[in-house]
Amino acid sequence: MSTEAVVMMVVAMLVIWGGLGLAIVSLLRHGAVEDRADDA
Amino acid sequence: MSTTAEGAAEQADAERRRGGFSSRRVFILAAIGSAVGLGNIWRFPYVAYENGGGAFVLPYLVALLTAGIPFLLLDYAIGHRHRGSAPLSFARLRRGTEGFGWWQAAICFVIAVYYAAVLAWALRYTFFSLDQAWGADPEAFFFGEFLQAGDVEVTADVVPGVLVPLAIVWLAVLVIMALGVQRGIGATSLIFIPVLVLAFVVLVVQALLLPGAGSGLDALFTPDWSALTSASVWAAAFGQIFFSLSIGFGIMITYASYVGRREDMVGSGLVVGFSNSGFELLAGIGVFAALGFMAQAGGVAVGQVASGGIGLAFIAFPTIISEAPAGALLGVLFFGSLVIAGITSLISVIEVVISAVRDKFETSRLSATLAVVVPTAVLSLILFSTTSGIYVLDVVDHFVNQYGILVVALVSMLVVAWVLRVLPRLGEHLNVHGRPRVGTGWRVLTSIVAPLGLAVVLVLALRDDLSAPYGDYPTWLLVVFGWAVVVALPLIGFLLARMPWRAGTHLDGPPPGSDPALPLHPTPDSTSGTRPGAASDEGGSR
Repeated sequence: MSTEAVVMMVVAMLVIWGGLGLAIVSLLRHGAVEDRADDA
Repeated sequence: MSTTAEGAAEQADAERRRGGFSSRRVFILAAIGSAVGLGNIWRFPYVAYENGGGAFVLPYLVALLTAGIPFLLLDYAIGHRHRGSAPLSFARLRRGTEGFGWWQAAICFVIAVYYAAVLAWALRYTFFSLDQAWGADPEAFFFGEFLQAGDVEVTADVVPGVLVPLAIVWLAVLVIMALGVQRGIGATSLIFIPVLVLAFVVLVVQALLLPGAGSGLDALFTPDWSALTSASVWAAAFGQIFFSLSIGFGIMITYASYVGRREDMVGSGLVVGFSNSGFELLAGIGVFAALGFMAQAGGVAVGQVASGGIGLAFIAFPTIISEAPAGALLGVLFFGSLVIAGITSLISVIEVVISAVRDKFETSRLSATLAVVVPTAVLSLILFSTTSGIYVLDVVDHFVNQYGILVVALVSMLVVAWVLRVLPRLGEHLNVHGRPRVGTGWRVLTSIVAPLGLAVVLVLALRDDLSAPYGDYPTWLLVVFGWAVVVALPLIGFLLARMPWRAGTHLDGPPPGSDPALPLHPTPDSTSGTRPGAASDEGGSR
């Protein structure tokens, strides 16, 4: 594979799968906050 | 108890009868199951390759963030706030717009009719993979021995090899849908989505280990930066995001109406949107690694074997399976993934129609399922288990996608944003429990950027279809199964909207007790007030 192609593949993976990871973490964190609010 | 509290209790009772997802996790998996379909596996890789390769990542991400996810959140807000199927949700937005919901349901009916046929092919090919039944010429086998496709005409000559798997697909759909939202759709998604991801990861690993895989990935990811100046490349990105996210034709409205009212719909939407794209990327890597192997084995360039759609799945992949080491495993994983991805999408499409019928006629789950699935299955079997099925399918698929889904999505989005002007209210609803918060940016993207993107896709598609007949099919076939279908769908939709709702159905505004800001267990005091800005929403019953 050419360097250009490798770079673009890594960028796509980082942005899309990284974005998915961030979205999951954000959702889990917010859910936890809401649960605490419900307990209160 | 106050009148509002009584209304809230009635609504809670109605929602219990209607059914719903037991948790956010089930909803997210069901929504991912709907979004991840055949298009992710066989459409995205080729669209990316054809439109700039690695450079396509840029317009694709722009389309995802500026149109796909904002539009997905709009669908979520409409369904989650109004707690109903697409027709009921639109009727609760404003009675005169109910027809948009039925238009969407009618589109889903047509899609279900032909989508099941492709699943039936994939189901059969899963077994064909075990002994590579297609022999030395997969193309001749697919069109000749398997589909028995002859001249372009509509015939009643049944192909038993398609009829039987198609009947099995419809039987499975009937059972899943009859089990209900949680035990049917929810449980299927809970099991099938992890299996799909696992199967596809194994497939990708196997494909990456094939000789020549690197050249396939090189072809897919080498950027052609000049493509970024082409309007058609940007339109392709918006089109891919739009078609793969299952937005704008009732599915996400329906699914969101089954979610608990205190759930974070924004966070869920981001997870669904990125999961869909994450799977597409995985599919791109797997498919092009396999195509790289095929090109090397044939001593040709990757560009000469690259294809998408039916050609990729039923002609290119069988060739790869025949030549690859452990080809049977590769075949079972590939076609099995198509079946699983397809069935979770098919049930979401048919649920739009079932939920619409249930809401309108207040029937039991079983009655609505039988009333919808049986005629859909019969029509599907009549049209697509014959020797002319492939041609009709290709034409209906093209026209319903380009001028059915695209037009109803565009028009309903414009109506919601510019005629009803309810985006601020819908954004407010999303913000009660949703994070990150949506604001002016979301409203601008939903009312201007996303419609503009869709309009460009539509205009370019229309230009292509008017300049040359689609697929070189005869005009009568394009008129009967293409243009006539897309013109009939809105007419049927607005005709169905003229049927009266049963007495007591709450219309013109979200139902009492649906406000996510209210506590889970309403007391007379807590339900007597409404959120600022929501007071004007309360409508009457019919």
